[in-house]
Amino acid sequence: MKEFLLMKGNEAIAEAAIRAGADAYFGYPITPQSEIMEYLMTEKATERTGMVVLQAESELAAINMVYGAAGTGKKVLTSSSSPGISLMQEGISYIAGAELPCVIINVVRAGPGLGTIQPSQADYFQSVKGGGHGDYRLIVLAPSSVQEMADFVPLAFDLAFKYRNPALILSDGVIGQMMEKVELFKPIPRTEQFDQSWVITGKTPDRKANVITSLDLEPLPMEKHNHHLQAKYKKMEDEEVRFEEIMCDDADYIMVAYGSSARICSKALQLARAKGVKVGLLRPITLFPFPKVRIAELAQRVKGMLSVELSAGQMVEDIRLAVNGKIPVEHYGRFGGMVHSPSEVLEAFEKIFIKN
Amino acid sequence: MTEEIIIAGFGGQGVLSVGKILAYSGIMKDMEVSWMPSYGPEMRGGTANVTVILSDDRISSPILNEFDTAIILNQQSMDKFEPHVKKGGVLLYDSNGITRHPVRTDISVYVVEAAAEAARMASAKTFNMIVLGAFLKLKPIVNLEHVIKGLEKSLPKRHHHTIPMNREAIQRGMEIVKPFEMGVTI
Repeated sequence: MKEFLLMKGNEAIAEAAIRAGADAYFGYPITPQSEIMEYLMTEKATERTGMVVLQAESELAAINMVYGAAGTGKKVLTSSSSPGISLMQEGISYIAGAELPCVIINVVRAGPGLGTIQPSQADYFQSVKGGGHGDYRLIVLAPSSVQEMADFVPLAFDLAFKYRNPALILSDGVIGQMMEKVELFKPIPRTEQFDQSWVITGKTPDRKANVITSLDLEPLPMEKHNHHLQAKYKKMEDEEVRFEEIMCDDADYIMVAYGSSARICSKALQLARAKGVKVGLLRPITLFPFPKVRIAELAQRVKGMLSVELSAGQMVEDIRLAVNGKIPVEHYGRFGGMVHSPSEVLEAFEKIFIKN
Repeated sequence: MTEEIIIAGFGGQGVLSVGKILAYSGIMKDMEVSWMPSYGPEMRGGTANVTVILSDDRISSPILNEFDTAIILNQQSMDKFEPHVKKGGVLLYDSNGITRHPVRTDISVYVVEAAAEAARMASAKTFNMIVLGAFLKLKPIVNLEHVIKGLEKSLPKRHHHTIPMNREAIQRGMEIVKPFEMGVTI
């Protein structure tokens, strides 16, 4: 029989980081994700694999430690929640510019500002449009279960190293704090499994020095570098789109939701189907690259789409871009730390699409 | 089969841990489970609640506004969750500290005098296990052996000596749970 554990989403991420063979974690505590570092400490990550677990003096320090360690080709991660992730944006932009792999976890709470510690999905823009300066993208994975919190850690590392780009796991207070049953993957040894030709671990006489920087004062090479980055993001859009469809085949309407909202919508879907209303759910798993091609295809045959987010409406803009005016696309969501219930979602859906 | 449960009371009554033990018991029966606590300011204010779902199928929303069963352990929780029990559902409560008894007639209401019984058993720590026993008598989703296995999984080894005492408390809860009779003063 398979062995299942009952774990919080945050604990699952931490255990997965140890098992994924991470070399280092740098972080600073903030609710609702403090269990990540707590778990790494209490479960003796360092004794188990030799990984470094360090509480930095601030989020700024943590992300710059990530920058430095990532430059040596090590598997590095950090985690925080919204205000802390805002503090890290300068570093994230530098890491993206310098083309370094790392994993960043954001267990989102409600803002703006210090906001509240309750769940939210209002960091979508920041995550997929580049929260820092410059033309860059993060690979953004949105887990909607504790199982995915665990499974997406090694996936995020693989993608980060494949593209030499930061990968962000965008979670929230619901998925971070809830417990579900998890089946953990077998530990991956802490070895150098990736291409190490670019790392800075000391120059040997037989090769030119590797240079890691995001700075080039000459605009022409900088433009060339930017073209190279854009080609990389295009490749991600071609090859790395991930999503899940629930009951979309015969659907007249589609709800689009990720993370905790997707879970709430899957219940709303059952309630709608019980009333004979044919609703489907498209759950983006990668928010960048966004499943825009699939959304455009579905728009050819459904009557409308509802974006359901714990925000004032952010992903809805990307859905509208994909749908390009073909069908109505609306938004529903509680926000500021409030969480919509399945029946609230259904009621909003009916008000928008059925009763009119 | 899907059972959607809210357990609500004061922080320190063992609300979250009884939910965790119930969830672990579900895993022992090879069921899908979810455990979603209230966290943050609500908990610091003294009340705690947890939504536990046990199901044979993949669990959709971990957050609900209607429940098959509400287990109520203080007055604030009674006021908050009595209206959210599904029609035909179950409300189980401990009358200790309750000043307003449930009024709904479209649900089944049961009482377990768990605080009083825990005092009689001279162990306040058995309180939440008595409540769990009462619930399992009403909704035998998992049996006592699943719970014992769940306890072995969820309790640190140094607390394993308390398992026989917990077993006794669960059995006691099963015995003393009774239907609430409207108009009868408890």
